[in-house]
Amino acid sequence: MKLLKYFLIGIYFGVVLIKGEVISWFRIQEMFHFRSFYMYGVLGSAVVVGVISVALIRTFRIRAAGGAEIKLTGKPFNRVGNLAGGIIFGLGWALTGACPGPLYALLGAGYWAVLLAIAGALAGTVAYGYLKPHLPH
Amino acid sequence: MLGLLSQSWPWYVTGPLLGLMVPLLLMLGNKQFGVSSSLQHMCAAALPLKAGYFQYNWKEQAWNLALVAGVVAGAAIAVLVLDGGRAPAISNSARALFASWGVVSVDALQPAELFSLEHLFSARTLVTLLFGGFLVGFGARYAGGCTSGHAVMGLSLLNFGSLVAVIGFFIGGLLMSHLVVPFVMAL
Repeated sequence: MKLLKYFLIGIYFGVVLIKGEVISWFRIQEMFHFRSFYMYGVLGSAVVVGVISVALIRTFRIRAAGGAEIKLTGKPFNRVGNLAGGIIFGLGWALTGACPGPLYALLGAGYWAVLLAIAGALAGTVAYGYLKPHLPH
Repeated sequence: MLGLLSQSWPWYVTGPLLGLMVPLLLMLGNKQFGVSSSLQHMCAAALPLKAGYFQYNWKEQAWNLALVAGVVAGAAIAVLVLDGGRAPAISNSARALFASWGVVSVDALQPAELFSLEHLFSARTLVTLLFGGFLVGFGARYAGGCTSGHAVMGLSLLNFGSLVAVIGFFIGGLLMSHLVVPFVMAL
């Protein structure tokens, strides 16, 4: 039952990804070629809403459902990992036109070819898992 | 309401609704928004991998797998009920650019040249989806997050590492989109 909550939030996210067109190869290439403001508006306003939400939670010490204090510590800074990993991710994002959320959304939208990309992403995860001890972070 | 939801959404509707994922997960579950760790959990759950990276109790992170299962369901609902499968309203200049790459059919969310099953085993599709997917998975795990975990959640926390990662996303994306994608589409 606890998982149902996250499934429902996932449904909401899936609807927004599809209706917002952010899963479209067309939109991603358009963004990287600066041919429209759309994706910049989407990402920018999403971050603005996120920043305001976090600020409100901090200011009013809002608690999570169940009463626990909400954890607001960010991920650790890895100079090489964040930048090199980020660049590799960006190369893949622009090539496929999809990041991980959209990979799942495209499956739901019936684009079966995306299974190739999901298989690729899982293979990339396995490769990283084995190379991690040998990579600078 | 359904009619309103079925129309095309402008950026100032999509963006804030996307940003609401941050307080939704924080307040309802005390979880930080992120998607790419689901890849690690799936590998840990389903594959007999010996690397330490996969040796942990993935069941404690099952919420993340429930979230992505929901994404699959939500996307299906968006297409079937909310008319979500239509071509995006891209700019005329983007349309002209894609035509110059040989991508002329802008009649669905994705180009048929890449996603139709008849092109599944073309060099173009294999490079784009299989190799591109590999880079997405490898890069997201190396960076410790993807567009959700770093660009939306991490920037919302004003986290410096996430800003560095997002700068990396755009360095890689600009390089690939300008220098490689036009040639891949010509394959």
